[in-house]
Order: sequence, then C-alpha cells, then structure tokens
Amino acid sequence: MVKKTAQRFYIILILLFLYAPIITLVGLSFNQSKSISRWGGFTTKWYTSLFENDAILSALYTTLTIAFFSAFIATIIGTIASIAINSMKRLPRTILLGITNIPMLNADIVTGISLMLLFIGLHYTLSFSSVLIAHITFNIPYVILSVMPKLKQTSRNTYEAALDLGASQLYAFFKVVLPDIFPGILSGFLLAFTMSLDDFVITHFTKGPGIDTLSTKIYTEVRKGIKPEMYALSSLLFVTVLILLILLNRRTNKDKATDFTKK
Amino acid sequence: MNNKRKKYLAFPYVLWMAAFIIIPLFMIIYYGLTNRNRQFTFENLTIIAEPSNLKALWLSLKLSTLSTILCLILAYPLASILTKIKMKNKSILVFIFILPMWMNFLLRTLAWQTLLDKNGVINTVLTFFHLPLINIINTPGAIILGMVYNFLPFMILPIYNTLSKIDSSVVDAARDLGANEFQTFLRITFPLSLPGVISGITMVFVPALTTFVISDILGGSKILLIGNVIEQEFKYANNWHTGSGLSLVLMVFILISMALVSKYDKESEGNIW
Amino acid sequence: MANKLIDLISISKSYGNNIILDDMNLYLNENKFLTLLGPSGCGKTTTLRILGGFETPDKGQILFEGRDITALPPNQRNLNTVFQKYALFHHMTVAENIAFGLKIKKKSKAYINDKIKYALKLVNLDDYENRTTESLSGGQQQRIAIARAIVNEPRVLLLDEPLGALDLKLRQDMQYELIRLKNELGITFVYVTHDQEEALTMSDTIVVMNQGYIQQIGSPEDIYNEPVNAFVADFIGESNIIPAIMLEDKLVNILGANFPCVDEGFGHNKPVDVVIRPEDIDLVPPEQGLLTGHVTSLIFKGVHYEMEVMANGREWLVHSTDLSPVGKEVGIFVDPFDIQIMNKPESEDEQAVVLSE
Repeated sequence: MVKKTAQRFYIILILLFLYAPIITLVGLSFNQSKSISRWGGFTTKWYTSLFENDAILSALYTTLTIAFFSAFIATIIGTIASIAINSMKRLPRTILLGITNIPMLNADIVTGISLMLLFIGLHYTLSFSSVLIAHITFNIPYVILSVMPKLKQTSRNTYEAALDLGASQLYAFFKVVLPDIFPGILSGFLLAFTMSLDDFVITHFTKGPGIDTLSTKIYTEVRKGIKPEMYALSSLLFVTVLILLILLNRRTNKDKATDFTKK
Repeated sequence: MNNKRKKYLAFPYVLWMAAFIIIPLFMIIYYGLTNRNRQFTFENLTIIAEPSNLKALWLSLKLSTLSTILCLILAYPLASILTKIKMKNKSILVFIFILPMWMNFLLRTLAWQTLLDKNGVINTVLTFFHLPLINIINTPGAIILGMVYNFLPFMILPIYNTLSKIDSSVVDAARDLGANEFQTFLRITFPLSLPGVISGITMVFVPALTTFVISDILGGSKILLIGNVIEQEFKYANNWHTGSGLSLVLMVFILISMALVSKYDKESEGNIW
Repeated sequence: MANKLIDLISISKSYGNNIILDDMNLYLNENKFLTLLGPSGCGKTTTLRILGGFETPDKGQILFEGRDITALPPNQRNLNTVFQKYALFHHMTVAENIAFGLKIKKKSKAYINDKIKYALKLVNLDDYENRTTESLSGGQQQRIAIARAIVNEPRVLLLDEPLGALDLKLRQDMQYELIRLKNELGITFVYVTHDQEEALTMSDTIVVMNQGYIQQIGSPEDIYNEPVNAFVADFIGESNIIPAIMLEDKLVNILGANFPCVDEGFGHNKPVDVVIRPEDIDLVPPEQGLLTGHVTSLIFKGVHYEMEVMANGREWLVHSTDLSPVGKEVGIFVDPFDIQIMNKPESEDEQAVVLSE
C-alpha cells in the first residue's frame, strides 16, 4: 500500500513538472500586467484584443495551413510508401527505413540548415512553400512509422480473400486493406500535424522574410516581451485540443463498451 | 497488385527523400569543406578548436549528457510504474505525454522564466515551507531544467513501450528459477528494456546537444551552446561555410548515437518511440 | 499418507466478483505424475500459479512437507515451472538460460557446466549450448524450458500446458518423453492441461476440475470408467449420458427399457444419470437387443466406425469395428458391467456447474 501511494505520488509529481508551464501560461493569459513575473489582477481583455491583432491571427492562419497541408501531403506520400516498403525484400526495406529514420534522429538544426542550403543553392526563394516542403519532409517518417505496424498486423489473407471473392484489386484495397490500416493513417496524420505545429527550428531556417508562424513570431518577441494575446491564443488552442481529446476518448470508450455487450 | 509492381509505389517517396534529405546533407558537406571561393578546405572544421567554440561544444556535451542522465533517472521508474497500472485504455497514457506539445514549445520554455523567477511561483511555494530559495534563472542549471522538461517524454515513451512488451511469464520464470526482485530486474527486465533505453537516450541527447532555443530563453544571452554558435553563423554572420563545418563536427556525435540505435534496434522497424 | 509432499488446504481465490477457486483441498505425493484437467477457466492454471508462488490465495494454506509456504515468494520455493509459452530469455544463449538458476545460487563454474551438459543430454539436445533461443523450433524451446527448470533439482516440476503450442505428432512424442523424464528424475510432476488424452496417457492421478471445484480425483482408469458425474463423463472421452430411473439394486430403466447392471444402493425408483461409453454398446440383431432402433449415420474413423442409432427417442453414439449401414434395424445391448450409474446433481449449485458445460 505504501509502495502504491509512493508510486501515485511520483506520477503526480512528474505530471506536475510537465504541466506546470502550461498552467502558468494559462494564468498569464488572464494577467492584467504585461510582465511575465508580476500579477496585475485578473482580466479577459487579451482574449478580446486577440481577435483584433492581425499579426497574430495571420501567424495562426499560416501555422494551421502549413500544419494541415504538410500533414495531409505527408500522409498520402507516407501511406503509399508504407505499402510499397511492406512488400519489399529485406535489404531495400532496411535501406529505405534507415533513410526514413534520418530526419527523426538527426538534429532539427542540421535538417533545417541542410534544407536552407538546398533552397538557396537552387535559387529557390525562401517563402511559404519552402516551409511547407520542409514540414512535409520531416512529417513523412512519422506517418510511415504509424502506418507500418498496422500494415504488418493486417493479414495478407484478408486482401487475398477479397480478391478470391471477386473484388478487383483497387476495390479490395479500398474496402479491405484501407479500413484495416486506417487507425494507423489517422494517428500518423495527427502526429504529423502536432509535430508541424510545434516546430520552430526547421521553420526558423527555411522561412523567408514576411511570413511567420506562431513559433517564429514568438521567437522574435522573446527579447522584446511576448504580447499577452499570444498567451490567450495558446491557451485557447490547448484547451480546444484537450476538449477534443476528452470527447474522442469518451467516444472510443463507448464504442468499446458496446463492442463488449455484443460479445 | 502483386509485390513486384507494388514496390514501385515507393517512387514518389524515394524521390522526395532523395531531394530533401540526402541531397541537402551533401550540401552541408559541400559547404563545410569549401570556402567562399569554392576551394576545398578543412578550415571550417578546424575552427572548432578555437577556444570559444571548443568551450561551447564542451558545455553542450556536458549539459546534454547531464540532462540525458537526469531524464533516464526520472523516466525509468515512471515508465515501469505506468506498465503496472491496470487501465482500460492505455493509449491515453501516450496522449498525456504528447498533449503538452500543443502548447507552443517556445512558450512552454518561456513559462519557466516565470516559474523560476526570484519572486516566481516556485520560490513563493518554497518560502511558504521555509525552504531555501532557488535562483537558477540564466544559469546552466536553468538550461538543464529546460532540456529535461522538453525532452523527458521522449525518454518515457520508448522505455514504456519496451517495458510493456516484456512477457510477464519471462519475469515469472526468473523468479521461479530463484532470482529475487532485484536480480530479476538486473538480469531480465533491464537487459530486455535496453533497446528502449538506448532509443530514449538518443532521442534526448541529440536534441539537447544541438539546441539553441533553450539556452537562448533560459540562459540569458550570455551562455552559448554549440547550437547557438552555428545559428549565429547562419543567421547573423551569414557565414554558411563555417556554420556548415561546425554542423559537420556536430554530426559526428549525432552519427555515433544513430549507430548505437541501429545496433540495438534491429527488428523494431516501424515503431516511433 | 506418509509421503504427502504438498498439501493445499481450503484454498479460495477470486478476482473481483469472479470466483476462480472455492475452498479447494488437494494433496500431492512424492514421485507422482499428477494432472489438473479441465476446460479453460476451471481454475487449473490458477492452482498451478498458487503452487509456484505467483498468486497468493485469498484464503487457505499451502504446506510443503508440513511447512507453511503460503506467503513464500517463488524464488524461495523448492519447485520450478515450465511455462505455457516457454518464457525463455531471448537475450541469453541456451547455456545461459539453463545456467540462470544455478548462477543465482552461486554454484561453481564446473558444476554449472556439468549440469548444462547433463540437462541437455536429458532432453536430447546435446551440443546446443551456444545456440540462440530464437533459432530453436517450438519443440526444442520447450525442451530447453524443461532443462532450465530441472537443473535446479526441484522436488516438484510444474508444467502449464507445455505441449499446447506443438503439433500433434510432436505432442505425442513429448508425452512419452515427459513420462521417461519423470521416471529418471524421480520427482513429482504437476501437469496442467485441457486435453483429456494427454491426461489419460501420462498421469498417475488425474484431478478433474470445473468452475473452481474439483469434480473427481482418481487414476486414469477410474476417471474414464467410473466418472462420478455427467461433467466428468462428458469431458473425458465421448459418452452417452442418459437420464434414467434406478428401479431397484442391479436394475435400471433407461428410456422405458430395463437394463441389468451391477450398481447397488441407489434405492427404489430413484432418478439417476447413466453413462455408457460408445465402445461399450453392442449392436445385435433386433430380437436380441434390450432396445431396438435404426442407424441414422455412419462415419469411418480409421480404427472403428462411428454410428448413431435412433432408439426410444434418443440418439445413441456407438463405436464398433463392425459396420451397420444407415437405415438398418438394430438391437442395443449393453453388458451390465459397462453401465455406470451416477446420482443426479443434488444442489442447484452443482447442477449449474454441470449444466454450464
């Protein structure tokens, strides 16, 4: 019992460590004072002024657009690649998966610099599209590594059974294989979206002047002082995701519960 | 579609990776080994020996090693407790550790300024309990804290994953053959979790070694890590050749960790953490 | 019972509302092959895990040569387990696996090497010391798991469905091998299985379990020939279980026809269950039978024919080397010795146990 209490306590301590900054930021979003170290009283004014701050809103728009499109394109390329890799022999498969690992294991700063050098070497203007390409590049591995395990679990036999029952190859793929690996594709997409949203370093090196994501905007503000609207926006984003996750979890739990009664 | 034709589906992916992973890496090598007049030179590499650069590299190695060790010490017990928890939906655990990423990483790091401030939350709590105050903001201590904070999930998740894959009957077997709990851990559980530990170590060590943001935000502007030096070469000095050369030096350490991973990670292809 | 080795006294165990074992009493003798037999969820594996020390009973006591070991952790018990899926240590070689227990006990190097050689010879895998466990087939892994357990010289070897993952031929070979091993080692084997044939082949004593209760304990012959209730009869081999009325001693009325039998002491006009093994039914010309009916199905099974005979409103399962074609009128005759009379379940609980199968 003592052991169990100690274990609980330890988990709570670590969670506190991980979530303390988040609680702090939510707190700061209601802080009347612009200082990050002084409490000036409670206010919700940052939440209203947020929607008048075009610079922040446009950074938000850029961030979400890049996150969505990079995750979407990476999901398509990654899923198709997974199917191909899964059917390969050992050696090419190992080589390809090794290459897939590079952007994940490599330092962000090296990935960012290398892409920047490539774009400049090709006289490709650093802009929205260069950031998008960079994000797709580091997102593809997350998709592949989410889809591959699902693909391995999927028995070849179900696909062959569909063919045997008269389905065309395309039909069999869309009606049998795809639904099977869909959870992997979805989690790959969500993971890619999250990674893109949270990225600063690679964007920092591949963006051109004039475009800003939330990350790069915050970075330029670090020295000057962060605008409190930024805390308000981040809190809103975080709470939205939190609520979505809770709802999603509720739903999957419910699904499981009904599954159980069916048995 | 038979396998022979299926593998051609990898074509767009192979093309993409070649264009945006492989060629860019060669760009770094090219810039790192040439000077502004496009002549071959080693001077971009040897510049690491300059005292200020050497100091930054040494500090980076020291801080990232320390924070990796701290992460391991904090994460292993946590992961092992998590595997023992009986829960219906275990995937929620992973969510709990990924969720903070939805709050911008720069802001989360910045929040530690507020928490660590002389009159900040932590010191207020410490004063309340009559404990000694901490004053580590703008010191290497704050940078270590920032590293541990940011990269801890990347240590927890791989260890948790390998631990939860260990067949409980193997642990039972060791107990059955006479091993006590500690011996079982030392000879069975820990060796079997080693792939997770190694992958956790690289996933913490590499970003910690190469960061320039955490030192920027929590170290004031006085403390320079090797990441800061490289970033400045690119963004302020506009000296891509020196920056690339220093990146190449940095990559030696990254390659060593990658080699370690691939050695221990033979068959786990297709698992992120 | 001078050589009572382990004694389980009033063991109960439940998980939440799920009762796994209810007030179970069982003892093991030295140098015996004891099998716990039953369907999944009957509590046999839990019993084994309680013996091994991996589970603590909610109530009850375990005595090892009279000493209470209920609270003793597995590493301090003088028995070893062969796990269902072998549970080999894949990060160690075959030799390291076998040496594991001995190294923990700080035995000398020479002793350990001798033991490894001896154990590998015993399981017919000489010269496999330096192989990796993953390079072995299922059967070989199983032998290593056994070798790893027996080098520790346990007094009792616990085996948890060890042959479940092997194919039929290999399973039969391993059955004989296990009997040989037990005789060579002279220790007690406690064997858990749901396979009645395995149990009948290898055991000195079979414990038939269902839903946390012991149904019957006895030699394979006892269990097969004289099942105490319908569950045991049904679980051990095929049988015809028919409700009947015991008219008086040595006479039972089955579906309206009178059959002489050898059982006594059930009283007059008492409802009972009758067990008749399919191979004990003789098909005779209609006029010589105690009952008449006609064959409704016929299947060739290799050693014998399996036939179903419809007689007095019931299908009778018959095994015979003589063929009677479908549709043929036959008489049914059963030797009095081959009729096994069982009491009807008395309490509702007992009824539930039987019916749920």
